[in-house]
Amino acid sequence: MSLAQEHPKEVKQILAKYPPEHKRSAVMPLLYLAQRAEGYITKQAMQDIADTLEISVTDVGAIVGFYTLYHDKKEGKYRMQVCTDLPCALRGADQFMESLCANLGIKVGETTADGLLTLEAVTCLAGCDRAPMFQIQSRAGLKYYEDMTVDKTMELVEALKNAGQEAE
Amino acid sequence: MSHILLRHRDIPEISSLNVYRKNGGFEAFKKAVTKMKPGQVTDLVKASGLRGRGGAGFPTGVKWSFIDNKVWPHYVVANADESEPGTFKDREIMESNPFQFLEGVAIASYAVGANTAYVYLRGEFWQAAQFLDEKIAELEKAGLLGGRLFGTNYSLRIHTHLGAGAYICGEETAMLESIEGKRGQPRIRPPFPAVYGLYGKPTVVNNVETLTNLPMILANGADWYKSLGTPDSAGVKVFSLSGRVRKPGNYELPFGTTFRQLIYDHGGGVQDGRPVKAIMPAGASSSFIVANDQVLDTKMDYASVRTLGADLGSASVIVIDDTVPLDWVIHKTIHFFKHESCGKCTPCREGTYWMMHLIDRIPQSGYLKADVDLLLNVATQMQNKCLCPLGEFSTMAVVTGIERFPQDFRKA
Repeated sequence: MSLAQEHPKEVKQILAKYPPEHKRSAVMPLLYLAQRAEGYITKQAMQDIADTLEISVTDVGAIVGFYTLYHDKKEGKYRMQVCTDLPCALRGADQFMESLCANLGIKVGETTADGLLTLEAVTCLAGCDRAPMFQIQSRAGLKYYEDMTVDKTMELVEALKNAGQEAE
Repeated sequence: MSHILLRHRDIPEISSLNVYRKNGGFEAFKKAVTKMKPGQVTDLVKASGLRGRGGAGFPTGVKWSFIDNKVWPHYVVANADESEPGTFKDREIMESNPFQFLEGVAIASYAVGANTAYVYLRGEFWQAAQFLDEKIAELEKAGLLGGRLFGTNYSLRIHTHLGAGAYICGEETAMLESIEGKRGQPRIRPPFPAVYGLYGKPTVVNNVETLTNLPMILANGADWYKSLGTPDSAGVKVFSLSGRVRKPGNYELPFGTTFRQLIYDHGGGVQDGRPVKAIMPAGASSSFIVANDQVLDTKMDYASVRTLGADLGSASVIVIDDTVPLDWVIHKTIHFFKHESCGKCTPCREGTYWMMHLIDRIPQSGYLKADVDLLLNVATQMQNKCLCPLGEFSTMAVVTGIERFPQDFRKA
């Protein structure tokens, strides 16, 4: 089923934001919609968006490739994106990240064996005064976690694991 | 003094429309639409001395006056991309004082004759975008946005548009490309957005903090606003203070507050009582200021900071103490800019790549002078050759770091 068939209300709302002669503008919000549906952006979704907006699938792929919050591969159910940029690093973000890696048993960029979590290092998230901090990107959207410690983070990971099991 | 922008710190429930309106909310917009001509609003903002808060510091009213009135429709775009490392002020404004920001968008839109405005938020502000969508819906319900406002012929719709993780989209023409559904790569300027902007139409792009000033300027007048701050830099600024200070955070202060007041009186001083070694006044795009007593007593306004060989920019003050080596700092900034370079122009794409390569190698090779000289050479050669300011910004910390802190680039 196409995005428009599955989420008719959302697609209509998104298209209504832009002048009808410039519907290409809807590509970014439609990609978010597709990503929330599947957890990542499938080739089919890209084709579907291209057809809806009357642009080529290459144009859609170029957007997916350019912006870092779009993903075209299935990875962890939750993407933990830790800011290791300068202001956070001045407040211990690198040590925080190292310690997270040790606790999770994975390196930056890897996914836990159970497929729960992908750990990523990202650039500034505008949370510099509350470092260490990260965001979690998932099908539910994006959420910030600030003034974090390794203990608090591991508790959160545990909670995410349990929530997943309950849902299944 | 009570806050002008971070008013939620004085009026906790100001994010509810009732409370905002009880405190004068939307009276300024109503006054503009019902009693003022668009040109009068522009003149008032010009007279207030308000300058763009996103970093460039360009006079806001003057920017509006460049809009091409022969071509229609016009657009307003609020720049809520806030991605400069060390900057987190617009986020607080939108999350806590959303209506004042939206009223500012509305006033700017009326002044330039736009019936549609977009708020471009960085993708990470997903929650803030949802929050603003709710607030916009409330305003439409209350008749403060939509068609025939206050019984006039003026209508305005505001929409949010989420980016998806690209610092470059904070550059205004890259932002317009992104709204148009393309990769966020800057256009060659001129033509500037006031002539050729969104969908090729005249467009004004203003930063969130800039816009949030407008309701207060309209309510209290240009003279009141000018009485705050310094002659060169009117009004107040939200300073985002981060790095090695005890109390990092946003501090709304008049322009002309000194670095010492910000860091010590407001920020609680440096962690572990260490001395300040360097200040980056404009986030990762800063030139380093070598800290000393005279520097700490310098006023933070556009002109005074320039006398220190740096720009105030978005006033994202990153404090670096004497425990931090500067080669490590520029490793961080180079990594940032290499990651964020959009790849469109060669000097930036290749330059950031080679700077990364060199700064990776320098500590490993024992700070070879030839490598440090080459890094400085690459950075200097990039200057004045890049398509947009990103490439230029990537060189600031590198060049001033090596020139002003040579001891950090020598073998210990």
